[in-house]
Amino acid sequence: MFEAVAFYLFAFLTIAMFYITVTTSQALYALTALAAGMIFISAFFFILGADFLGAVQIIVYTGAVMALYAFGMMFFDTTRDVKEKKSNKFVVVTLSTMIAVLVVAVVMVPMVSTNMEAFYPMIEGVGNTQTVGMVLFTKYLIPFEVAAIMLLVAMVSGIVLAGKKMDASLTLMSNNEIDEHEEKNKKVLS
Amino acid sequence: MIIGLNHYLVLSAILFAIGLIGVMRRKNLLLLFFATEILLNSVNIAFAAISHYYGDLTGQMFAFFVIAIAASEVAVGLGLLIIWFKRHGNIDLDNIATMKG
Repeated sequence: MFEAVAFYLFAFLTIAMFYITVTTSQALYALTALAAGMIFISAFFFILGADFLGAVQIIVYTGAVMALYAFGMMFFDTTRDVKEKKSNKFVVVTLSTMIAVLVVAVVMVPMVSTNMEAFYPMIEGVGNTQTVGMVLFTKYLIPFEVAAIMLLVAMVSGIVLAGKKMDASLTLMSNNEIDEHEEKNKKVLS
Repeated sequence: MIIGLNHYLVLSAILFAIGLIGVMRRKNLLLLFFATEILLNSVNIAFAAISHYYGDLTGQMFAFFVIAIAASEVAVGLGLLIIWFKRHGNIDLDNIATMKG
């Protein structure tokens, strides 16, 4: 009973938040609603007994990804209303139909298949975090290391891409200097 | 009332559909990124639910890797977006058609 109430409550909240994210015309509302939806999704992980995954969801998504978006939005003009795309009707209808069929097929697979066996079964009496650690550092060690290298590459590329011209401070310059700086930037960047 | 695997799969499908609507109707690249985050999260819910109901940890492992990929995607994508915004002053998708034949 408690599980059902929690599931429906958080399902409603998550759907509402993500609906706001995709429909609002204000970028800041979208960011806030997305962060709230991420937190609500971690509730599902706690209900499902995946405690470590829920903690990682909160730390990585709302702690790191959302903070990164919030800092990144300082570069962009977010006060302006977002205009919607008016695209080709035929393309949209075809893509939507194909994707709907695909989603139905993907959802039907676990419902239809009844003879699935557990590769790495959960051990009774051992906590979720401990089991995750045992499986991750034995069976999934190579993908784990590859993911670590991928994160390192992403960090280096993020610093290199976004870190250009970070030493120049527009607030400490006079107007003439700002104009010169802008022209130089245009030459360097284009 | 017992919550089964199908409840979670249906929820995951609904969230995935919301994310797809976002991907198809958004023009601003930053909000397009938000929609892709919704897609990744809906898949994570399905992974965790299947992992719980079949008593198998593989689903949770894949969810961890999906989270790692999402984090690196955001880092690289935002860096590219900042470069693009410094050059052109906007991040509208329709203006990024310079390679169109």
